[in-house]
Amino acid sequence: MRAEKEQMNIVLVGHVDHGKSTVVGRLLADTDSLPKGKLQQVKDYCKNNAKTFEYAFLLDALKAEQSQGVTIDSARCFFKSKKREYIIIDAPGHIEFLKNMISGAARAEAAILVIDAQEGIQENSKRHAYMLSLLGIRQVLVAVNKMDLVDYSQERFDKVKQDFTGFLEGIGIKPRDFIPVSAREGDNVASNSKNLSWFKGDTVLEAIDHFEKEPLPEDKEFRMPIQGVYKFTNLGDDRRIIGGRVETGTLKAGDKVVFLPSYKTSTVQSIEEFNVSGKKSISAGESTGFTLTEQVFATRGDIACKASEPPPYVGRLFKASIFWMGKKPLELDKEYKLKLTTSEAKVRVTEITGVLNSSSLESAKAPEVKRHEVADCVIESKVPLAFDTFKAMKSTGRFVLVDEYEIRGGGIITEPLEDEESATREQISLREQKWDPGSIGFRERSLKYGQFPTLMLITGPSGVDKKSIAKQLERTLFDQGRSPYFLGIGNLLRGLDADIDKERRQEHIRRLGEVSHLLLDAGLIVVATASDLTEPEIRLLRTIINQDFIITANVGDFTNGNGVIDVFLDENDGVEANANKLLGKLSSNNNIFSR
Amino acid sequence: MDRLEALEAQSVYILREAYAKFKSLVMLWSIGKDSTVMLWMARKAFGGHVPFPLVHIDTGYKIPEMIKYRDKLAIELGLNMVIGQNKQALREKNTFPDGKLNRIECCKALKTTALRNTLSGEWPRYRLDHHKKKYVLDEDKEPYTGVIVGVRADEEGTRSKERYFSPRDKNNDWDVADQPPELWNQFKTDFAPNTHLRIHPLLDWTELDIWLYIQKENIPVTSLYLAKNGKRYRSLGCYPCTKPVDSNADTIAKIVEELRSGKFSNIAERSGRDQDKEDGGGLETLRLDGYM
Repeated sequence: MRAEKEQMNIVLVGHVDHGKSTVVGRLLADTDSLPKGKLQQVKDYCKNNAKTFEYAFLLDALKAEQSQGVTIDSARCFFKSKKREYIIIDAPGHIEFLKNMISGAARAEAAILVIDAQEGIQENSKRHAYMLSLLGIRQVLVAVNKMDLVDYSQERFDKVKQDFTGFLEGIGIKPRDFIPVSAREGDNVASNSKNLSWFKGDTVLEAIDHFEKEPLPEDKEFRMPIQGVYKFTNLGDDRRIIGGRVETGTLKAGDKVVFLPSYKTSTVQSIEEFNVSGKKSISAGESTGFTLTEQVFATRGDIACKASEPPPYVGRLFKASIFWMGKKPLELDKEYKLKLTTSEAKVRVTEITGVLNSSSLESAKAPEVKRHEVADCVIESKVPLAFDTFKAMKSTGRFVLVDEYEIRGGGIITEPLEDEESATREQISLREQKWDPGSIGFRERSLKYGQFPTLMLITGPSGVDKKSIAKQLERTLFDQGRSPYFLGIGNLLRGLDADIDKERRQEHIRRLGEVSHLLLDAGLIVVATASDLTEPEIRLLRTIINQDFIITANVGDFTNGNGVIDVFLDENDGVEANANKLLGKLSSNNNIFSR
Repeated sequence: MDRLEALEAQSVYILREAYAKFKSLVMLWSIGKDSTVMLWMARKAFGGHVPFPLVHIDTGYKIPEMIKYRDKLAIELGLNMVIGQNKQALREKNTFPDGKLNRIECCKALKTTALRNTLSGEWPRYRLDHHKKKYVLDEDKEPYTGVIVGVRADEEGTRSKERYFSPRDKNNDWDVADQPPELWNQFKTDFAPNTHLRIHPLLDWTELDIWLYIQKENIPVTSLYLAKNGKRYRSLGCYPCTKPVDSNADTIAKIVEELRSGKFSNIAERSGRDQDKEDGGGLETLRLDGYM
């Protein structure tokens, strides 16, 4: 039974056979953390089977331990010091290091890196250290083990220390201690050693007590990735609760919030937590919820931020360091699913700038990233994402990559890059910040009209009849009691756009976007046609108008890019069939619903 | 943020992720303290509501107070309650002790098999009709693809190897050796057809945490846990296989004390559950096979 002492997760890493399990065995034995009689039992077993007892056997024995209520498993064991309780995560098999180890190490707050004094620094000493650095574990202690095999030589210890310090510095790790130990003999693990009387520093047990609990990041900018928007009107509850966990910062009722990547803004009306009353503010670490004064469109995957604080980046392009766990290598230009906090996006790696040799730290360009490799690359997302750099904000600066149902890789964002819509996004950000909403909210309008405001944008080669489909759809929607509006691009050209040249296509597109944006704010379903739209143009429209509010259709072949068309229509199917297909899309997307 | 607050935040986070990712999501409610805490956590996650069905596998041998308590709470909270049962085994007395089976086989028939077929929709499900105040045959036969289960890592060896989101293949099998990576609160939420996921929001909780939380939140639990005449249940199950323990803890505060520093601080919780003792690694055998 665990007491309610402070807890800390520590991961043990190092090269194979450098004595990690022996260190853990020693720590457990010397702090009296083993079940009663376990030590003797294992010693007896060794004696009876003509084996030399090793402390590492204790771990194997504990792993086999079943159903006695002792909290031990293949990856985790527990022990207490005077100061706190530790959960030790021991690295299992090395081939599986990344998959299983990262699952454990990602939860660790500190690490003990074990190096064999005799063998010195090996491939995995470096690889594991690099993984620690990538996972953001900054508190590291290096135990130089098996000192008994080098006659407790200070010279040997100093050599290992000197060699490794340089390497660790290169990857941004400054170990808080280097400790000469012999786990087998018990020197400097839980107690001081006469054999190492030249060493004046802490034992391993003392040193880990000096690790510090990382404070919750309450003083950073507020970030709450939305997990869901909860409304239970059918249960007589009219609240619309924005739910999520606060990753960083604090927020209180009355604060102005901005949702990214959409830039929609509103104000916090109340903090909502079940069985808690009178709560006025929320802060890092809490799974919580709040309601808004103006009901703007916010959805799962958006990050709620405070309007008064520096926002995260919004964009489709960034540099990242990734590690790969998939059996099949990571390929250039292949589509993967990226998950960053609660947002998801289809992405591809457009450039592998370097696959890292974790030993020499030299990186070389490569066409793919193999299993267990680490690489720097450029990632492009199909839709804009809100993110931070990992260095600035851990939790909103890291992601995983999913392929064929499985998480195959993880990564940290090192640098945002400009994409084609960056400038437009700046302008949209200003527009939304200063937006003066009417007295009727988005949700109120939406419920009244029985529709989600949508731009149904129909494109295709010029000469193909798109307008008839658009007008047919408008008619059908209207006859169903909806509120559609056909927006003819020609009506804009000779009206709003009369002041600009026909050649300034991008400006025409921008104006189409802004006009649609107004009509959508009025709650309408806008059916618009425009010939020969290209991928960048559609992206521009998706930036001006929240991407959730736009559906694109193409009549005929689309040769102007990839991944931007939602519905493909064949002219030969006829106007009515095509209009019905679009109607079906609106319905299956829940853009139209019963009131 | 103290330990209980941190545990609560993580459990709520997991429940919300599950709710966002699974169309056909259910929570197993065993009526015991752990899954009742989990039920409470669902209310924390969703503004006081429980937006998915609660499934109870009724072995027919549950301590009668458990069933009474289940239905009382279900009606009070307006829960969407679904019951599954191995009616055939009960009818043919393929049970323990009043039948041909030993304890482990009985567990398998009444719990594992019943659970598997209730989840898949192959056996009838019974849903609580809140107007009639009774259980009626459920029309919904859709397989449940996300199943929230209240296991804790500290209960016994096998459970400590679980992930928060743990895949099961179409035979309900669990591949302990090859589990998905789980990092940075990114869980396995993509799954191939015919597989389903078990979701474990309470994995990090200990028995003591559960009682401290019940105390803090004032959660209604069945009175079977409180000592009467020097006996109380520490773990609930079927009456032929679950024995009460000697205890005078007749309040939640006394239970907390008993676990923290008293007589149970070094004795396993499931020590009153006989099926664990039989067959050596009995629970592991059951668990690999789909037992909760």
